Amino acid sequence: MTDLPTRSLDIKGVLSGSAPTVAKDDHSEGMSYLQSVPRRLVTLYLPLSIIVIVLLFPFYWMALTSVKPDEQLLDMETYSPFWTWNPTFKHFYKLLFESYYPYWLWNTMYVAVCATILSIIASVLAAYAIVRLRYKGANLVGGLIFLAYLVPPSILFIPLATVVFQYGLFDSPLALILTYPTILIPFSTWLLMGYFKTIPFELEECALIDGASRWQILIKIVLPLAIPGLISAFIFCFTLCWNEFIYALTFLQSTSNKTVPVAIVNEFVDGDIYRWGSLMAGALAGSLPLVILYAFFVEHYVSAMTGAVKE
Amino acid sequence: MADIAIAPRRAKTEIREASAWDQLKHNRNWLGFWFMVPALAFLIFFLAYPLGLGIWLSFTDTRIGRVGHYIGTENYEWLWDDAIFWLSVFNTLLYTFVASAIKFGIGLYLALLLNENMPFKAMLRALVLIPFIVPTVLSALAFWWIFDSQFSIISWSLKHLGIISQNINFLGDTTWARICVIFANIWRGVPFVAITLLAGLQTVSPSLYEAATLDGATRWQVFRHITYPLLTPIIAVVMTFSVLFTFTDFQLIWAMTRGGPVNATHLMATLSYQRAIIAGQLGEGAAISSAMIPFLLAAIMISWFGLQRRKWQQGENND
Repeated sequence: MTDLPTRSLDIKGVLSGSAPTVAKDDHSEGMSYLQSVPRRLVTLYLPLSIIVIVLLFPFYWMALTSVKPDEQLLDMETYSPFWTWNPTFKHFYKLLFESYYPYWLWNTMYVAVCATILSIIASVLAAYAIVRLRYKGANLVGGLIFLAYLVPPSILFIPLATVVFQYGLFDSPLALILTYPTILIPFSTWLLMGYFKTIPFELEECALIDGASRWQILIKIVLPLAIPGLISAFIFCFTLCWNEFIYALTFLQSTSNKTVPVAIVNEFVDGDIYRWGSLMAGALAGSLPLVILYAFFVEHYVSAMTGAVKE
Repeated sequence: MADIAIAPRRAKTEIREASAWDQLKHNRNWLGFWFMVPALAFLIFFLAYPLGLGIWLSFTDTRIGRVGHYIGTENYEWLWDDAIFWLSVFNTLLYTFVASAIKFGIGLYLALLLNENMPFKAMLRALVLIPFIVPTVLSALAFWWIFDSQFSIISWSLKHLGIISQNINFLGDTTWARICVIFANIWRGVPFVAITLLAGLQTVSPSLYEAATLDGATRWQVFRHITYPLLTPIIAVVMTFSVLFTFTDFQLIWAMTRGGPVNATHLMATLSYQRAIIAGQLGEGAAISSAMIPFLLAAIMISWFGLQRRKWQQGENND
């Protein structure tokens, strides 16, 4: 801990950092000049590269395993385990054409999109009512919704399983579409409340004087201005759905109905010593859609993550 | 769902002209109620009701496919004498404390590093967050492969460096298995802590640092008396979330060890799944998950006080 202050001293990108769209080159003034280059090498670049390598290594390993031929996978003495010169797409081929994998991807996508849309609609209405209608008890309801965010799925799955069974939703995607919003609504409501607060109230007052109804104000004024917030909420909810495991594990039974995370854990884990290639290919293919989405919306993603915490 | 909220209003505004209706139409409470209906319906039917039902189930002997009867605190008495349950409580506390403490340490350190001025800053930040994006189960599978007993790349590297002579049985040995799942959890949680703390760091005004430096403050003093106090509120919130989600973790353990070896990595969540869904004892499983509620309440209280302190520090009412 004693070497922490070295870094806090030359924080200069604070102003530039608050507009995180630009990668700053090291041309700036500030207090950076107080540190010499060799010193920065040891206190900044070295620890940073170690952490980044540790954080990314599992993905490299996942990708490498998924394209390695089987014999190289298990014979670590003849071939160097860290690289392969003859990659194969056999594992992906097996995955896409000889298993239910396309169904699983489709199920995951379908459930995630439906649950996210439902949650966003419900959250937009709730957040607008709490922030702008300010009905009696709005703050209390806001607080309760925040508390709902803190109720984890792992204490709800047992009673929810009985509820799902009673309603005859067991083993149907509808069970997930209806239960995922309980995770998503609290989060996205808080996120959108933060965005709605930043929209000037005067705009709404003008519209009210011109005779607009609350519904028209929401659709025509507030929502267009809150589009960045909506995108943040949407992709974050989508990621949460994709990541959800325990409900999908409990509520789904037949192989073709499963979502990617559950299916990979349950269907691919047999005694086969050669399973690793297809297992890693499955994990990689299941992560790629999210990583691609993330690559396009990094800023929205970060603002979603920090926005909900800050509010 | 949204149609329910609007349909009655729209239909009636066109037809009626009655002043009573006009008043109602512009009544905040009435409008607010309809706007809240979809969200509250979800939260009441699929969150509040199951929460209560779970507590009720823990006082019954319900099994899968059989309606239960009220049996008082029998489930809890049974658990009180159950060594595996207490082992899972111990594991959960160990897992939560060790993982959260290290996540906080590394996360804060990484946030301070990323707040530095350097080339490719934005790209680095984006890369750091990737472990958080990828579904936990899928990265847990990668760790499962990395920690394989025969073909682990770690064992291979250490062997070739001459540090060990035979493979480490990562997930087969109780101590190693605990270390491995805690490591995987830290790996997965650090990006969240780091990026949120980084957002907090960026709100600290640089003039404070400049003033302190001019006054001759050492680097440690700058961190201790400027960065840390200004960061405390966001630390409180982030760590509450981190503790909460670590405490109730399920998927990482399930994908890597399923509670083994010899229950050494069973958390309360995985044990309740095993008892309730696999063994069919819904009542007993519900009792285990209800036993988590006091811990969650403690975490929520900490969060609440953290938020209060934040308002006070900002000196404004930002409800």
